[in-house]
Amino acid sequence: MSATSSTAQSLPTGDAASPAPVPVAEIDASARGPLLFLFVSAAIWLFIASIFGMIATLKFHAPGMLADCPLFTYGRVHPAAANALIYGFAMQAGLGVLIWVLAHLGRTHLHLLPAIGLGAKLWNIGVTLGVIGILCGDSTGYEWLEMPRYATVFLFVGYILIALGGVVTFHNRRVSQLNSSQWFALAALFWFPWIFASAEFLLVAHPVRGALQAAIGDWYANNLKNIWFGFTGLAVIFYFIPKLVERPLHSHYNSLFVFWTLALFGSWGGIPPGTPLPAWLPAMSTMGAVVTIVPILAVAVNMCRTLEGAGPKFRECRALKFFSFGAMAYVIAGIASAVTAFGDVSKITNFTWFIPAITQLFLYGFFAISMLGAVYYIVPRLLQVEFPKPNAICLTFLLTAFGILFYSVPLAIGGIKQGFALNDPNRAFLDVMQSTLLFFRISTLGDLLMLLASLVFLLNLFGLLVQVGRTAYSAAMAANTRTAEVTP
Amino acid sequence: MNSGPMTFLAAFFALALSWLGFVLAPQLQLGNQQQVENRDTASPYPVMRAGLARQGEQVYRANGCNYCHTEQVRYKGFGADVERGWGARNGFVQSVNEDYLYDRPVMLGSQRVGPDLANIGVRQTNENILLLHLYDPRLTMPGSIMPPYRYLFEKRKLMFGQKPSVDALPQSVAVPAGYEIIPTDDARALVAYLLSLRSDAPLFETPPLPGATNKPPAQATNAPTKAGAPFTAEQLTNLPPK
Repeated sequence: MSATSSTAQSLPTGDAASPAPVPVAEIDASARGPLLFLFVSAAIWLFIASIFGMIATLKFHAPGMLADCPLFTYGRVHPAAANALIYGFAMQAGLGVLIWVLAHLGRTHLHLLPAIGLGAKLWNIGVTLGVIGILCGDSTGYEWLEMPRYATVFLFVGYILIALGGVVTFHNRRVSQLNSSQWFALAALFWFPWIFASAEFLLVAHPVRGALQAAIGDWYANNLKNIWFGFTGLAVIFYFIPKLVERPLHSHYNSLFVFWTLALFGSWGGIPPGTPLPAWLPAMSTMGAVVTIVPILAVAVNMCRTLEGAGPKFRECRALKFFSFGAMAYVIAGIASAVTAFGDVSKITNFTWFIPAITQLFLYGFFAISMLGAVYYIVPRLLQVEFPKPNAICLTFLLTAFGILFYSVPLAIGGIKQGFALNDPNRAFLDVMQSTLLFFRISTLGDLLMLLASLVFLLNLFGLLVQVGRTAYSAAMAANTRTAEVTP
Repeated sequence: MNSGPMTFLAAFFALALSWLGFVLAPQLQLGNQQQVENRDTASPYPVMRAGLARQGEQVYRANGCNYCHTEQVRYKGFGADVERGWGARNGFVQSVNEDYLYDRPVMLGSQRVGPDLANIGVRQTNENILLLHLYDPRLTMPGSIMPPYRYLFEKRKLMFGQKPSVDALPQSVAVPAGYEIIPTDDARALVAYLLSLRSDAPLFETPPLPGATNKPPAQATNAPTKAGAPFTAEQLTNLPPK
């Protein structure tokens, strides 16, 4: 497993055996159709998720709002927003960026295009059915797995098709040397079908007995978060940051270590202490979570060293900000959620707003923002045009970054306060809730900023597509006129 | 790690380990748990819910009540769950796996925007108060931040001189003049489910604390600091006074 020695031996022979690398522009041209479909639908889902999230938040300002309409009750619109964000935006954009990164690192065309295209369509049908199902009351009742059974079939088949395209692309790579991004990407592609099928089978198809359902639900959510989102996000960050600052990743062994420790221990549970389950389950979970602090710090070191002295690059390169913010949020959210696994901390933070604040920091501040940066980087290359308004990219970044700060910071502080108050039996429950409302209401500002960011992102993509469409149209018209002039 | 199959094997190994430990092993330990005897009364526990309460469980799931209410009481000393009167066992251990044996789905919940409901059927036994609470939470709990579930009720105009139905919400409390508010089947089912939520049976795994009486704490601290229950029994019914 020594990377240097194997590089020295395998590179010449490998390159002689495999055909010449495909030029970058050709890779992008080959991937255009399905990737654009994935990215544009992801942007639409992000906007929908933000709208639903906004409605859910407003319930804390006016509980009676839309109370006559079952579709928009908090218990439906909140999971609908979460699912639209997770499956509609995050996983969809993540899959698109992953297969693009795999094609580029392998210097080969994107393979199995029809399968990827079909998979993307099935995935979107699945998310649409799922979100509508949740709003209509068909939710399964398990967090992050709310989508009803009829929707998950589409999701599963769609995912397999897209992932197959990614794996075949990886297999046909023309550069045999592997980059750390590729390990993360492959592991993430492989991880999801297993955890998803397990959880769906044991919770929805043939539910297990008793509180074990909660253990499986927590296991699934934790794996989806730590491994799928974690690995996909790290694959993207480890690919883009070195590329944008034009120097290799600081340490190859560091990322190897991160890969192994996160895969082994990051996947353990996520079952909070105090759950009505045998005590060894939360104990093992806590142990796994505590071990992950080390790889998370390793990511921090690796990123800091890679970015060292790259200050000027931040000014000329807009995408870099997205990835650096993402790496920072990854470290903070990762350490915070590892710390909450300790019994003494969990006693305070469990069931409070602290947990959603940190989850949102991870999902939005780390994953979604990295995907936004990646899509902003990739789409102009797919279409061979620049964004009509480059400043809108900076605007997206600022809105998203401040949105996350205004969302997570007040909620985290409010959550800790709420936790201490809840553990003081002399304070009436209602008084505690009313005192945390203030923090929640401040966080609405964050929701609003993120909603604006998703709107700017969507408009930006549409603007680019319209521009490309117009150019193609006028070119076609010009060609038409020319032939018309020639024929008589 | 310079080959694809190697990477795949690494991921496979790690995931298999996690799956064996967190999915398979708990199944082997508790997957075949059966009804047990209540240590005091020797009656079987838990009992499968009656039809209406089982429908109510689905109403609870469909409307996502579990996003604000937990159904688990943590053990004594871990948070103030017991001191708040949410537990109904006079022991150190509160909620256990056995309590959820017949729940489909199990909705432990992850957020306490509202109080824990694991023993709401012990704390509140009046169906009418629960219905009123669903119709407008601020009637029964001034200052509550729970949204009203008016769509679980039907608002009907009364004919001139018509008396409100016996099923309607108490005329003296909630209702604008000339109307009656009838709970739908869903509302009744949901309330039946809430009334069925009680995990108070003493079991082998929840031994009593020495010297403690077999009763939950007399005073629950869910009520707001000032007003207590604002209704008298007469106010909660449309039946003529006896």
